[in-house]
Amino acid sequence: MDKIINWARSNSLWPLTFGTSCCAIEVMMAAGASRHDLARFGAEVARPSPRQADLLVVAGTIVKKMAPRLKMLYEQMCEPKYVIATGSCAISGGPFMYHSYTTVRGADEIIPVDVYVPGCPPRPEGFFYGLLMLQKLIREGETVRKPRMRKKPVLAALPPGLTLSQIQEEIRMELETVTKRGLFGGRI
Amino acid sequence: MDASELISTVTTIRPGISQREKCNRPSVVIESVNLLDIMWSLQSREDLGFDMLLSHTAVDWIDEGWFELVYLLYSTKHGHYLMVSTFIPRESPVIATVSPIWKIAEWQEREVYDMFGVLYEDHPDLRRIFLDDDWEGFPLRKDYKDDFMLERPE
Amino acid sequence: MNISVSSLERRINHGICGEGPIATEEYFINMGPQHPSTHGVLRLLLKLDGETVREVIPVLGYIHRGIEKMGEKAGYRQFVHLSDRIDYLSSLMNNWAVSMVIEKAANIELNDRIQTVRTILAELQRIQSHQLWWGVLGMDLGAFTPFLYGFRDREKLSDVLEKTIGARLTMNYIQPGGLMFDIDSDFVKDVKLFMDYFKPKLAEYETLVSENIIIKERLRGIGVLDAKSAVSLGTTGPVLRASGVMYDLRKSEPYGMYAKTAFEVPVGQSGDSLDRYLVRIVEMRQSLRIVEQLIDNIPDGKYFVMKPAVKIKPPEGAYYSHVETARGILGVFMVSDGKGSKPYRIHLRTPNFNNLWAVTAIAPGWRIADLVAIVSSLDLVVPDIDR
Repeated sequence: MDKIINWARSNSLWPLTFGTSCCAIEVMMAAGASRHDLARFGAEVARPSPRQADLLVVAGTIVKKMAPRLKMLYEQMCEPKYVIATGSCAISGGPFMYHSYTTVRGADEIIPVDVYVPGCPPRPEGFFYGLLMLQKLIREGETVRKPRMRKKPVLAALPPGLTLSQIQEEIRMELETVTKRGLFGGRI
Repeated sequence: MDASELISTVTTIRPGISQREKCNRPSVVIESVNLLDIMWSLQSREDLGFDMLLSHTAVDWIDEGWFELVYLLYSTKHGHYLMVSTFIPRESPVIATVSPIWKIAEWQEREVYDMFGVLYEDHPDLRRIFLDDDWEGFPLRKDYKDDFMLERPE
Repeated sequence: MNISVSSLERRINHGICGEGPIATEEYFINMGPQHPSTHGVLRLLLKLDGETVREVIPVLGYIHRGIEKMGEKAGYRQFVHLSDRIDYLSSLMNNWAVSMVIEKAANIELNDRIQTVRTILAELQRIQSHQLWWGVLGMDLGAFTPFLYGFRDREKLSDVLEKTIGARLTMNYIQPGGLMFDIDSDFVKDVKLFMDYFKPKLAEYETLVSENIIIKERLRGIGVLDAKSAVSLGTTGPVLRASGVMYDLRKSEPYGMYAKTAFEVPVGQSGDSLDRYLVRIVEMRQSLRIVEQLIDNIPDGKYFVMKPAVKIKPPEGAYYSHVETARGILGVFMVSDGKGSKPYRIHLRTPNFNNLWAVTAIAPGWRIADLVAIVSSLDLVVPDIDR
């Protein structure tokens, strides 16, 4: 029975319209518009009121003045609620991490986050990958309530023939070549 | 008017106005006590006619102990620009407000107060604009210390 | 027996002492930082009398990230990527403003290829920004279709720009000294295809929204900003031009290749929301005209005029230069102390700061739904206000 309820929940996530800065254009508006269509994942109904939404997409920089409002919005949502932190500002402070006197370094200092989508701003396809991962998390019946603690690592489905260690090896080799030759191949 | 004619006309308004060197726009330095009179003449005189305040900001010269307040003016009738600077001491930064002349000055001056702590006399509504009302310190000063700010490791 | 027939009016007045009409008082309502129709985190405190707005008090600072302080710690080149994120819908023009002031300060001469490509990209970005504005205006007034149409065409333009630049929103492509990479080999062909695609679509926009009687009635005569207030408030861009004042940097102080192209700048008459709307639609058409004139004649040359590893060290002094972005004049005021590769003070004069305070002058007297139309026609981007 739980499986059916989780399947229903994952396929009809209603996002809350919360966008502070640049990520709002890409992640919220462009993802909901005609080419990248959020409606096919069931998330079309973007509710402005937190009482009627169950997915909070943190898109944009959180500053000290906005942090209590974000917490208030999160607390006003009803269980079960999920949070996706999109963009580097919501993950760790982003380009404003150093030398800024107001930027909160990451949305997970304020609310618990389930899925992180990196990018500055992430492409709408990247956001969909995060959304699909969240749907998989819900179907398996687990979400995170305490930040940085997870029961077991969860990956969205990999294409057949590819393993996690292959991806890790590729990333390591790319990092080595980049550090050797410098960014942009020495053009700048 | 072109740059040299503008500077020569402006310096004749009152004694004590001199040209500011090392600037890529026509720029003058005035005394802070004459600010309001000079600004009224700049706005109301027919040949100058500076009816738009494009921008108002401040620079913190901590080594010399001055705040430099910069006003950037534009005239829609004649199409010329003028940058007006005035220096006030850092320990007691008080100056007159130009909000009776240009409406936008009210909020530009609130921003300078918020960032530097410059106090404006007779300002209709002097309070912080970007930061919380109970924030301590003025962030854009050069000696602003903050435990929250993270320095990048070199 | 005592029988008397009452009426609804008497029943309502029954509970209130006195014979007069119902007492009303003004109250404050908070249109908070999270709201579906404020374009970003803008908080407006409305003093209402019934449904009529008596006073609007904007509260800022919900996205104040301290970019000017960061500019003093970052170098000249690193400030360019921060300037992307203030008005992210015209990020190439922001990059151009910062690059222009650094080039003027350090006396870097550019060649024609760089100037032509910069002009073409700036005009394409203007079209892209106005497409989004048009979609969001329709959405604010209650129509969802313009939003989908606007984004459908915006995605096509994003594709063209992405092939050359690599990013869709925060471009960081125009650098002091030239461009980050050379333009793609398909750039000219793609831009021409886009222009052939978009011209009939612009005519469709006119039929869908500009000719629509509901939109016209909701915008005509609403929020009139007269020329004297507009100049005193320091508004620039389409908001000022719709009030009748002709001030466009592309005509009064041409930079880039604007001096060599023929285009017109629309000026409105009455300063109401419909004028602000029509000015932007005509601007889109004129931008297409500029791109048409330049796209076939991109001269050859280098895309970056200095050696990449050179540290930029402008001499001591104060410098100011500005560009005309999609929303108004973005000016960069830079003070350099002659030593080191970091600016002593860098200040951005942002167009949306002045355009926002126009709301306090034009909103009183209108209803809440009109306030939404006014804020939408001013085309605000809030991180530009707060920096």
